[in-house]
Amino acid sequence: MTDKKEWPLWEVFIRSQHGLAHRHVGSLHAPDAEMAIKNARDVYTRRNEGVSIWVVRASDIAASSPGEKGPLFDPANSKVYRHPTFYEIPEELGHM
Amino acid sequence: MYAQMVKTGVDHVQSKEEMSPEERAFQDRVDQDIKIEPKEWMPEAYRKTLIRQISQHAHSEIIGMQPEGNWITRAPTLERKAILLAKVQDEAGHGLYLYCAAETLGVSRDELMGQLNSGKAKYSSIFNYPTLTWADIGAIGWLVDGAAIMNQVPLQRCSYGPYSRAMIRICKEESFHQRQGYDIMTKLARGTPEQKQMAQDALNRWWWPSLMMFGPSDAESVHSAQSMRWKIKINSNDELRQKFVDQTVPQAEYLGLTVPDPDLKWNAERGHYDFGAISWDEFYQVIAGNGPCNRDRLRTRVKAYEEGRWVREAADAYAAKKAARAKAKAA
Repeated sequence: MTDKKEWPLWEVFIRSQHGLAHRHVGSLHAPDAEMAIKNARDVYTRRNEGVSIWVVRASDIAASSPGEKGPLFDPANSKVYRHPTFYEIPEELGHM
Repeated sequence: MYAQMVKTGVDHVQSKEEMSPEERAFQDRVDQDIKIEPKEWMPEAYRKTLIRQISQHAHSEIIGMQPEGNWITRAPTLERKAILLAKVQDEAGHGLYLYCAAETLGVSRDELMGQLNSGKAKYSSIFNYPTLTWADIGAIGWLVDGAAIMNQVPLQRCSYGPYSRAMIRICKEESFHQRQGYDIMTKLARGTPEQKQMAQDALNRWWWPSLMMFGPSDAESVHSAQSMRWKIKINSNDELRQKFVDQTVPQAEYLGLTVPDPDLKWNAERGHYDFGAISWDEFYQVIAGNGPCNRDRLRTRVKAYEEGRWVREAADAYAAKKAARAKAKAA
């Protein structure tokens, strides 16, 4: 009853009108990139959500593993001085 | 609801003492409202239950296109037709968001489609009722989408990231659906006596099936308790049903229509409407496949799938040809 070969999965990224970076919105199946973009338009931008679409084959994405979250992000944990809130600015100076 | 009576495969809700260290860590994260993401460890029962729930929800969106699609060619004006077309297209979109969310749990799209087309998978009981008049399109938007929103709004906070995100998208679009339905009902209720009668007739036929959508009382259900523990179900069926009745009765009164329930009355003490007994026999008949339209819905679904086969094959062949050409050029 189903087709023999499943279409590949594509991850869809949309840039909204506000000049922000492309953001992941979901995924879909399509036989090729061209169809994936056309389908993405119909599935993810029915209400003018975007001005640009990227599609990437899901199998081409390399991802960090959730199990290594600890060691991977550990280096940033101890570096609170990277945040402006680390520094005390004298009140009489006003905004900086 | 769009997913009704979802089984969890457990016979009791596990206490923390019974859990393995992994299960306990998982439950702790759920308790702290930390979202669970696709590749993270999760109990097998959680994964399987979510696949059942999300795919049932997706199938409901897909089958749900049929009762409304029935009126696209007969909408009373071009504007109504364009609106209905957009709504039905949204339902397809909602189905696709949900299939994607289900796939992140390790089930394939083809598998899910196969389950739907073979009749093995369930979808919401509500879509097995016929749309006899244009007023039914109003009643579906107002009541059926209204009931769906009751359930979907809290699910935006559910524990599984991809499901939660799909719900957020869906809820954004769903309120248009309910409003367009109420708009149709308003127009009819303010029209000729015949038009008002049409609206009343649609309310008469859709009221009880809409209340059934929430499913039988699950106060005693182990599955519901487990799903709530996992935060993939947020409110009990009775709670949502009551909320729906409380919200909808004044809307019917505003239209000058009568809710077809002689036992319906405001209970000042409870601060809620009391309502009559629901015919659960009818509900069980419908989900067992014996509703007015079950066979027709499935037949239409399979026919659409089969008739689309040549399109899928052509798209495949074109993609293969282009890929071969690109490869030859590179060589």
